[in-house]
Amino acid sequence: MRRLIACLLAPAMMAFPAVAAEKITTFTLDNGLEAVVLEDHRAPVVVHMLWYKAGAADEAPGVSGIAHFLEHLLFKATDKLEAGEFSAVVEANGGSDNAFTSWDYTAYYQRIAADRLDLMMGMEADRMRNIRLTGEDVETERKVILEERAQRTDSDPGALFGEQRKAAQYLNHPYGRPIIGWRHEASELSRDDALTFYRKYYAPNAAVLIVAGDVDPAEVEALAKKHYGPLEPTVGLEARTRPEEPPQRAERRIVYEDPQAAQPYVIRTYIAPERDAGDQETAAALTMLAEILGGTGQTSVLGRALQFESNKAVYTSAFYSGVNYDDTTFGVFIVPAPGVTLQEGEDDMDAVIAKFMEDGVDPEHLTRVKSQIRASLIYGQDDVASLGREYGAALTSGLTVKDVQEWPAILDAVTEEDIMEAARLVFDRKKAVTGWFRKPMTQEVSQ
Amino acid sequence: MIRVVLATCFALIALPAAAIDIKEVTSPGGIKAWLVEEASIPFTALEIRFKGGASLDADGKRGAAYLMSGLLDEGAGDLTSTEFALAAEELALKYDFDAFSDGFSISAQFLSENRDASLELLRKAINEPRFDQDAVDRVRGQVLSIIATDDEDPNDIAGKTFASLAYGDHPYATKIEGTAESVKALTRDDLVASHQALLTRDRVYVGAVGDITAEELGVIVDQLLGALPASGPDLPSAAPFLLSGGETVVPYDTPQSVARFGHVGIERTDPDFFAAFVMNQVLGSGGFGSRLMDEVREKRGLTYGVYSYLALREHANLMMGQVSSSNDSIAEAISVIRDEWAKMAENGVTEQELEKAKTYLTGAYPLRFDGNARIANILAAMQFDHLPIDYIDTRNSKVEAVTLEDIKRVSKRLLKPEDLHFVVVGQPTGLDASN
Repeated sequence: MRRLIACLLAPAMMAFPAVAAEKITTFTLDNGLEAVVLEDHRAPVVVHMLWYKAGAADEAPGVSGIAHFLEHLLFKATDKLEAGEFSAVVEANGGSDNAFTSWDYTAYYQRIAADRLDLMMGMEADRMRNIRLTGEDVETERKVILEERAQRTDSDPGALFGEQRKAAQYLNHPYGRPIIGWRHEASELSRDDALTFYRKYYAPNAAVLIVAGDVDPAEVEALAKKHYGPLEPTVGLEARTRPEEPPQRAERRIVYEDPQAAQPYVIRTYIAPERDAGDQETAAALTMLAEILGGTGQTSVLGRALQFESNKAVYTSAFYSGVNYDDTTFGVFIVPAPGVTLQEGEDDMDAVIAKFMEDGVDPEHLTRVKSQIRASLIYGQDDVASLGREYGAALTSGLTVKDVQEWPAILDAVTEEDIMEAARLVFDRKKAVTGWFRKPMTQEVSQ
Repeated sequence: MIRVVLATCFALIALPAAAIDIKEVTSPGGIKAWLVEEASIPFTALEIRFKGGASLDADGKRGAAYLMSGLLDEGAGDLTSTEFALAAEELALKYDFDAFSDGFSISAQFLSENRDASLELLRKAINEPRFDQDAVDRVRGQVLSIIATDDEDPNDIAGKTFASLAYGDHPYATKIEGTAESVKALTRDDLVASHQALLTRDRVYVGAVGDITAEELGVIVDQLLGALPASGPDLPSAAPFLLSGGETVVPYDTPQSVARFGHVGIERTDPDFFAAFVMNQVLGSGGFGSRLMDEVREKRGLTYGVYSYLALREHANLMMGQVSSSNDSIAEAISVIRDEWAKMAENGVTEQELEKAKTYLTGAYPLRFDGNARIANILAAMQFDHLPIDYIDTRNSKVEAVTLEDIKRVSKRLLKPEDLHFVVVGQPTGLDASN
């Protein structure tokens, strides 16, 4: 059965990003390109990924969506390739390719037979510095991203609600802007806007290369030198600083009503620290807190109290993702049972959290969570491409290879007291955005 | 993302051409399983599929299989729902039970160090689900919430409407989740009956990959499945296809219209199946360079994603597709799709397109084969689809053998622009609803 959260909330919840330390090689080219190679020789496949340390949160004010728009435009012409030829070559070699944009990064990847790595690197290096955008390509592709926005956001009240909540969470930091861009700004994005962003950030000294699969690290390094080595870095690329949030002085509340809001729910996100290089302990405690509070329905604190001991909720969860360049959020979520109002649901959730703050963490529960983390080190080896994605996201979000490798041990060292301390740090209503999602109330009121 | 990642549930399951050593294992109790031994990581991935699934929902009991799938771990044997979950967490056992329209699947991954205890837990869920009333009511509440959410989703409305118009009173005409009414009316007895009907030994297929020997697998298979009923009820007969060409508009207040379209397709066993498969790669596989993507998105910017696919099911085979476009441009998108349908029906594909499609399909084939869990899935799916154990070695040559003439023949036979029916959900302008 599908998990309910998949129907209601978009963000992917990564449980325990954890990576086995062996079979990993790293190197850095003279022009600043960092590289990570993960070996898995079970099948003759490679995933070649290039991650840029530039995402929606690096956009200048007024051009929201340009990082994502540029991602689309990178599939158009370069000095060597015609528009669309990049993907055509990948396909002609039996591979598949795609790209994605987040607030902190933009990434491109191909999944292909391992002996085609040379070709992939050649093309990816080419489009790092040499795209050639025509006005017509830009015009047509802008229509495509507006259709994308219509499909993924404007037609989905839950997505619109999420956009509003995020904007409320960050008054000043660009995390408050949607990756795909506000519609009024996305519809005005120009070729120049794209090129300005491109010339600044699409450079070896702002990029991370991840190669995962059936490859020899020495060979990967040689190929990287051949293709990426000659590329000029962006000179004077300043340290990555975004406008900071002012202190939050009051809880922000949103009631989002839409006739198509089928399932009412309450979601609250608290501003929370992210994983920082060399300083991941608080984030580790928050990761465990999310699992303890809202991991599995049958065993988590919220699930047991609200879905099992009482039947006040259809679904509960807690979530936290520490891989972020700047401050992230810790969230709690409840779908109240039919007949339970959103206010009651919110109060129920708060009461359970308050009791948890008194009772503390059940040591056996923590032991179980840790055994799952250790197991994820084994299971994780089965999918080296997703390990590669974890490295890519971490390295473009301010973390180092060492941080990624130490993460499982840091998680394993988290104590009950660490978790409670992290909970006390985060659970401050003044640092929260609380959102209600429901149909307009008028019908019910006028009964 | 630059493009939609295609859901693969209806896509042809392609199989790897890599060197892969599949053993057929017959358990002491007589159940067959396919195995790939791969001891480099100390865990095993197990995939079990039963034919039938939600298509065996009894009359008036739509949603029984789906709800049942959510209840196998909610109390089993001597364990309550919570005790079961605690045990699974301690063992780091990963599992999933899933009903789909033609089958029921059990996916599990267990650590070698915890193998025996993990399997005992799985055995209880598969054989001794309790269906305690409080668990039934709790999971029913989750299903009702999913149904309510889906009911407001334009994509879902399009799919549901298409199915209800196409399939008459066949089980395919309604969603496997059931409706709010049908799910509310399900009783514990219905779930017990569904469990008895669906999980039977005569239609089970097993794939296993990982740190396990043939002998060990045989024992495990008997332990998990040996006590299930020997046989289940008859599967449904072929589904009718009742839609004719035209458009059906479902008015819905949204800025963008979603269209699901299709007509009759082709069977997997048809001599021209591979020609049709290669043809669709050129027409609408969803990649750049496919004609639909090129014409609707790349040239005109009318959509974020458009694709067509061969929808292969046990009792119906359709040629289908999907597109989304703003309300004022969906009519143009539909018209372009019809034109492309007609062009390919008339002229087939070019030599260059054929070569490109073949290179892609044959080259992509071995790439599927890169993980225990993925391979276990493929092994079960191959058996489920009655493919021979050496299919992997022959599949690429079947793609290679497709000629321009084959595609021309199958395009003409398969693609019928006048038969295409579009179900459009939204506020489209410039469309005459013919239904």
